[in-house]
Amino acid sequence: MRIRVFEESLVGPILSGEIRTPCHLYSGQEAVAVGFCAALSRYDYIFGNHRSHGHFLAKGGSLKDMAAEIYCRESGCSRGRGGSMHLTDPEVGMLGSAPIVAGTISLAVGAALAALIRGDGRVAVSFFGEGAAGEGVLYESLNFAALKKLPIIFACENNLYATHMPIRECRVDQPIRKVAEAFGISNYEVEGNDVLQVYDACRNAVENCRGRGGPVFLEFMTYRYRGHVGPDDNIQGLHTDIRPKEELEQWLAKDPIKKLESYLMEHRLMDEQEIQSIKEEVGKEISDAVKYAKTSPRPKPEELTNYVFA
Amino acid sequence: MSSPRKLSYSLAINEALCQMMELDPDVFLIGQGVKSPWYVGNTARGLLERFGESRVIDTPVSENGITGAAVGSAIAGMKPVLVHPRMDFMLYAMDPIINEAANWFYMNGGRTSVPIVFWGIINRGGEQAAQHSQALHAMFAHIPGLKVVMPSTPYDAKGLMVAAIRDDNPVVYIDDRWLYSFEDHVPEEIYEVPIGKATMRSRGSDVTVVASSYMAYLSEKAASTMAEKGVYAEVIDLRTIKPLDQELVLASVKKTGRLVVADGGWKSFGIAAEVEALVSEGAFSCMKSSPVRVALPDVPAPASTSLENAYYPTENDIINAVLHVI
Ligand SMILES: Cc1ncc(C[n+]2csc(CCOP(=O)(O)OP(=O)(O)O)c2C)c(N)n1
Repeated sequence: MRIRVFEESLVGPILSGEIRTPCHLYSGQEAVAVGFCAALSRYDYIFGNHRSHGHFLAKGGSLKDMAAEIYCRESGCSRGRGGSMHLTDPEVGMLGSAPIVAGTISLAVGAALAALIRGDGRVAVSFFGEGAAGEGVLYESLNFAALKKLPIIFACENNLYATHMPIRECRVDQPIRKVAEAFGISNYEVEGNDVLQVYDACRNAVENCRGRGGPVFLEFMTYRYRGHVGPDDNIQGLHTDIRPKEELEQWLAKDPIKKLESYLMEHRLMDEQEIQSIKEEVGKEISDAVKYAKTSPRPKPEELTNYVFA
Repeated sequence: MSSPRKLSYSLAINEALCQMMELDPDVFLIGQGVKSPWYVGNTARGLLERFGESRVIDTPVSENGITGAAVGSAIAGMKPVLVHPRMDFMLYAMDPIINEAANWFYMNGGRTSVPIVFWGIINRGGEQAAQHSQALHAMFAHIPGLKVVMPSTPYDAKGLMVAAIRDDNPVVYIDDRWLYSFEDHVPEEIYEVPIGKATMRSRGSDVTVVASSYMAYLSEKAASTMAEKGVYAEVIDLRTIKPLDQELVLASVKKTGRLVVADGGWKSFGIAAEVEALVSEGAFSCMKSSPVRVALPDVPAPASTSLENAYYPTENDIINAVLHVI
């Protein structure tokens, strides 16, 4: 819920040009990050990609720090050097995100290797989109992780499109998770818009990893409600969003947040009023974070060479 | 040569591709985003409609494999133009570019050449940060077996693309999105800008400014600003980074005795350093002052606008460098 409201709060400032850093909004896919991170401990590691606002928040990263990073301020989680695509909060196990497609998959394998060598019981998670299944490094990573029985979960968020390319133009019609099979890695398809199913699947996978059962590959079926980058590729003048309206509507009907709300109400775990008050709280938290971001100073030009050691 | 027709830089590339594909059925375009202006601007406009999906191939996100496949097709006699819509993505493809394509002709005793164009686009600014901003031309120029061209004008954009496609060996063609909207005269017919030949953008006797790509544009601007104040700079646009046009650079420096090199890559171990080395080896005794490099500081590209503004060299940086050497 925080993720959705925050992402949607970015729409105005992106369109007005107040936010310049390219933002790949996570709206629609929230249940994956939220359900997954609920199954992890603070000490477990995650790596994200270009679309990682949700991963960062779900892992417990500070909303204020992320907002400030998106506004490219000195107070941001990456001190204004990284912007939307480079989010990190090592203290909560969010080791980083980066937009080179599949670039962080092997890094997550490395974090799992560290956990194995130390024997500290941590689990590493690599979040990537189905587009990343085009890159060879995924397959090298799968093999090495399987070979060494590393405690890693490959989390493929299949939202059916990689920028302007529908998945059917990128690969033959086979579930992506099947690629793990070739390496003897257990793999499951998960309804990515249902946070409870996501949680269950991830809890099992995490248990498997902690019990030295080796890697797991999870493919989450989901959909992004916004354009590839920014609110809407078409409104932004790029005219590259070729997704049919009906498809979007079908997925809007499966909105992960609405789904959870109706579950909570049906089972009388929360009533409308309680949900409303959560929404208000979240709204307040977000407007505070954005205020904080906007009033924070930008990095000083004379500090351009900070954090470079060679 | 000049024709009254004006064309933008990006449409000049488009025209080169279109005409060369028309002329030679072995030429084809492959790479990520050739269907999408988000990736390649309007450089590929109309090509898919005209030549079909077998010769205009949009690809999965698989830089290494696709680049290798393009190289292989060139070894088999095709003439691929392989586009990487951001140079940053090319790093996944370094093996087929360097280990295979660049070395192939030599290590096979000159029996098979690899007639391929590796086209990499610099796409920087806009708070995109370190992985979506890099200008990596110096890395390629370091490699024996690769020619590297960096057009700065629409005329050169077309002429160098034609020359690169016609070349029998791998050519790395690097352009900069910041140049895409620039318009200038571009002849309608097919013509080549020879690879390995620099050109003089303005004449002067006070100082030589050597630059390429967007920095050549800034240097020319700086030269006209300075001319108003009575300082005359000779601006040499390299056009080709490798092989470097040593003759033109040395001839100019021998005349002016002063040198500024402006490059859009990092300062250390880059093109600017190479040009200075050339001059100190070939015209040392003519130098009246130490040369100065205008280049990116040795820092990854930052996100925040406040840092981007300090990061990318400007016309003023070139003017200040010139004032420093004269
Ligand atoms: C190595 C590399 N190649 C290409 C790109 C351009 N690019 C950015 S996002 C993207 C597709 C991402 O699709 P997917 O991985 O499915 O994630 P989604 O955007 O759908 O969440 C591409 C190709 C890139 N960032 N890195």
